[in-house]
Amino acid sequence: MSTRLQSGGRLIDRGSPIEFSFNGANLKGLAGDTLASALLANDRRLVGRSFKYHRRRGIVGSGPEDPNSLVTLGEGSRHTPNRQATMVRISQGMAARSQNHWPSLEFDVGAAADKLSALIPAGFYYKTFIDPKPAWKHVYEPLIRRAAGLGPAPKDRDPDLYEHFHVHVDLLIVGGGIAGLLAARMAGQAGLRVLLLEQAQAFGGRTAVDVEIVDGAPSEDWITGIVDDLQRMPNVHLQCETCATGVYDHGYVLANERLPATAVEGGRLRNRLWRIRARRVVLATGAIERPMCFANNDVPGVMLASAVRDYIVNYGVSPGDRTVVVTNNDDAYRTVRTLLRAGLDVPLVVDVRPDAPGSPASELRALGVRVANARAVAMVRGSGCVSGVDVCAHAGEGTSLENVKCEVVAMSGGWSPAVHLWSHCSGKLAWDDETGMFRPNNEKPPLTGGGEPFMVAVGSANGVLEADKVVEDAVRGAAKAIEFLGAAAVPGDEPEIKVSAESPPMPVWLMPNGMNRRARSKAWIDFQNDVKVSDIELAIREGFESVEHVKRYTTLGMATDQGKTSNINGMAVIAHNLNRSIAQTGTTTFRPPFTPIPLGAIAGQARGSLFKPTRRTAIDAWHDENGAYWEPVADWRRPYCYRRNGESIEDAVHREALAVRRSVGVVDASTLGKILVAGPDAGKFLDMMYTNMMSTLKPGRCRYGLMCNDNGFLMDDGVVARLDENTFLCHTTTGGADHVHGWMEEWLQTEWWDWEVYVVNVTEQFAQIGISGPQSRNLLRKLGGLDVGADALPFMGWRRGNLAGHEVRVFRISFSGELSFEIAVRSSEGLELWNSIQEAGEEFDLQAYGTEALHVLRAEVGFIMIGDESDGTVTPQDLGLSWAISRKKKDFLGKRAQERSFLAAPDRWRLVGLQRLGGKSPLPHGAYCVANETVDFGHRRMIGRVTSTYYSPILDEPIALGLLENGPERLGTVVEFVHAGGKTSAKVVEPVFYKPAVSARD
Amino acid sequence: MLMLTCPYCGIAADETELHGGGEAHITRAGVEASDAEFEEYLFTRANPKGVHFEKWHHSRGCGRWFHAARCTVTMEVFGTYSAQTLQPPDEILAEIERRRPAASGK
Repeated sequence: MSTRLQSGGRLIDRGSPIEFSFNGANLKGLAGDTLASALLANDRRLVGRSFKYHRRRGIVGSGPEDPNSLVTLGEGSRHTPNRQATMVRISQGMAARSQNHWPSLEFDVGAAADKLSALIPAGFYYKTFIDPKPAWKHVYEPLIRRAAGLGPAPKDRDPDLYEHFHVHVDLLIVGGGIAGLLAARMAGQAGLRVLLLEQAQAFGGRTAVDVEIVDGAPSEDWITGIVDDLQRMPNVHLQCETCATGVYDHGYVLANERLPATAVEGGRLRNRLWRIRARRVVLATGAIERPMCFANNDVPGVMLASAVRDYIVNYGVSPGDRTVVVTNNDDAYRTVRTLLRAGLDVPLVVDVRPDAPGSPASELRALGVRVANARAVAMVRGSGCVSGVDVCAHAGEGTSLENVKCEVVAMSGGWSPAVHLWSHCSGKLAWDDETGMFRPNNEKPPLTGGGEPFMVAVGSANGVLEADKVVEDAVRGAAKAIEFLGAAAVPGDEPEIKVSAESPPMPVWLMPNGMNRRARSKAWIDFQNDVKVSDIELAIREGFESVEHVKRYTTLGMATDQGKTSNINGMAVIAHNLNRSIAQTGTTTFRPPFTPIPLGAIAGQARGSLFKPTRRTAIDAWHDENGAYWEPVADWRRPYCYRRNGESIEDAVHREALAVRRSVGVVDASTLGKILVAGPDAGKFLDMMYTNMMSTLKPGRCRYGLMCNDNGFLMDDGVVARLDENTFLCHTTTGGADHVHGWMEEWLQTEWWDWEVYVVNVTEQFAQIGISGPQSRNLLRKLGGLDVGADALPFMGWRRGNLAGHEVRVFRISFSGELSFEIAVRSSEGLELWNSIQEAGEEFDLQAYGTEALHVLRAEVGFIMIGDESDGTVTPQDLGLSWAISRKKKDFLGKRAQERSFLAAPDRWRLVGLQRLGGKSPLPHGAYCVANETVDFGHRRMIGRVTSTYYSPILDEPIALGLLENGPERLGTVVEFVHAGGKTSAKVVEPVFYKPAVSARD
Repeated sequence: MLMLTCPYCGIAADETELHGGGEAHITRAGVEASDAEFEEYLFTRANPKGVHFEKWHHSRGCGRWFHAARCTVTMEVFGTYSAQTLQPPDEILAEIERRRPAASGK
């Protein structure tokens, strides 16, 4: 039985009961309880089922190292899986549920997997891929998907709020134990801006539990005192319940703050992500105790020795009445003392060391505690929870010498410094043979841009475990960090701690030493991912020798746990099996996050409408009021079409496209990129940027231009207008504007910096309105002003003037094949001009059209669209645009590349028109064209694909553009397309489907 | 999350303000280039484990391209300098020599 003790519990408030539920049962805890301590106080020792074998799992640790106690919190939209019960504080009404079982935690059908464990060892998953082939899809995959796993992902949208918090400090201290607190005080006194983060709910770390007297006072009082001092310093900020999860280049640190469920305006703030830029970091993250590797060490009731005393001291909770302590070091004797002081029974201490002179054993023996040296645990007994242990000689193979009844096994395999954050940013580790731990290699720390160390590890995180030495090390490390920052460390009042000398631990990786095969297949290394000693041995037998490979094959140290308890034990087993030292074997790479961060916290406020800004044109409000069905185009929103009186999207597109062909239509083209290129060398520069000759363009004239990258592929297109001798206005695609601007700048700044050219992106400075259709000129005449007659404004010309009272530039260019004009006006006047056009257009039945009608119209006349016909692997020549490639120019971007044999090869996929046979619906977009001959694996050879496909309302038939091997040579032939719905045939035709009655040139 | 100081506007810029542009000091090979020279220009990059000269664009800042000398392993920055130069300036090379006696030069 685990239960609440009569007294004790430094973190709980016995006067404030809290009701919560676990798997539907209503339970009572106390304010200050973690979910783990509250469950133990209610005798709930079984908290989950293991990932693979569905073994019963109980609480092992008391902090972020606990691998087992993953629970699902909250209901409905607040459902949050995989929270560690040890890191969640209970709150009124909290609903927690255990995971990975069916039908219930106590009776789990999936536990059959445990009986079959010999058949499903490490890597069995990969073997299911091999043979027979159909078995994977129909048998293994569905079974594994059902059986394995953590909590299910939430289905609903998260209603809670998350925010980011940007902080700049001189010194960040990670860890609020004695080392971190001392470092904070020194740095605070030196006048630095200091932030200290502590992941737990209270400061003090292990000192409050493990050290009795600091500076002649109870350790608890000393902690309260220093925390008070620090809180009074204006340049120091202390922050608890905030876990530093990742360290990145040049001192950038992320930390996740867990907030109590408090309502703020607009919802409930759940997490705050701290984004910290620290000039230096002190790593005071302490150490994590290692489990011991003996048979059935995963049975609920087997716990870390430190966790056992944490539950007693911090929460007044007894994990069980009778505890057997198993250790290879002196530290676990603290647990023995704590248990005895709480009035609990310790029937046996198994100390694997043959003899530990000076250890606390003799003192405890005097109190009547039985300490068995050179002994080991052969196996744990108990089907549900621990009922006893079989004790054996450590040197042997595990023959049971006696059985000791108990409810808890407190194990201690020594401590591993919590070096994760040190390693995130390439700080190196060194194996210390004497203490049996990886510790930060202070010769190879993470570096600042200037090449100085930005992190200093202190205290237990630095491999210094004894409290008096921790104080010394913290003072040394803090002084170093302060000195790096150019401040002066104030020497002084480090606290005095008296500790008795400890005898050295004995490294023990398997227990007993000659552990038999059966025991090795029940001795867990990684509790969370169900990795046993036998799995690692299997991986090595199958040839995986690198730790990184063994990790991936066995899943050792993966998932939310990141190997906090399993890493070193796993490395040791690998080393042992390969006859190498642990130093030679090395460790796997620690990666962020140290503890999981909710995805919501990473997103912060960047969700919904704040995910990214929406760019709106000057005419946006009119579109919105007139039934715009929106489409995102780059960062803009553009009307796809305008729906009138409940008409379908398809009908609206057809109506709009027909209006342009029959009378006149108007489109908001403001999103097109507009880049001003000016200077004496502007012409020369554009001759390099475009495949066409731009320098010969006369002021007042426009030219359609193509841009390629230097690999020869089409990148962007648009109309270039020469404004005057030294100035060009380059129109780009909507999505390409920023890229093209950056591209021009890159060439001018890094290659041709001696050319006198300036480039400005003026996309947002102008609203641009396209007017197309046989009546377009009449409409412009009605607006009044500028002469738009064919002589005054010929095709591909532009003029400056006045239209409906606005100063405008009118470009006579066409993207529909119709007579067409584009009017540019100051953005501030865009809506007014648009409204005037609407008014004047009434007599011509003017209709606004959206992006889809624009596409239909351009496809009908065979104009290409960047991103449809081009995809970064297509040249202008492929698209039949050789006419737009200058042969006179010596050079342009892409010219040399286009001379390469494979780009000049005749069998490239080239643009054709496609006329679908046998049906009115368009060819499926992206459908592949296949030849009759087959290639590898019996697939038919692909010879092309559909790039644009529409229903043409003016022709009343489907039309498509596509790229086809030797395309133009296949004119008149019928080709076959395959797609998800089957096969469709199409006739290859010229890529022009329609010729307007009044053309763009009229 | 590197910090690089833009040599034009002087701001110590966070990586989120910057856009990487790959290896610096690559001169464009034009129409006269042989196949081998063109391949070298277009595709071959040093990709060193160690000191690297890179192009960076202060895209969310002053808009200028600049160059940086950086160690790709330790993330040390030896300096940033104008993009309008064909080779790293002497003071950058001296700084690399000072901090990495073995890796100096190019």
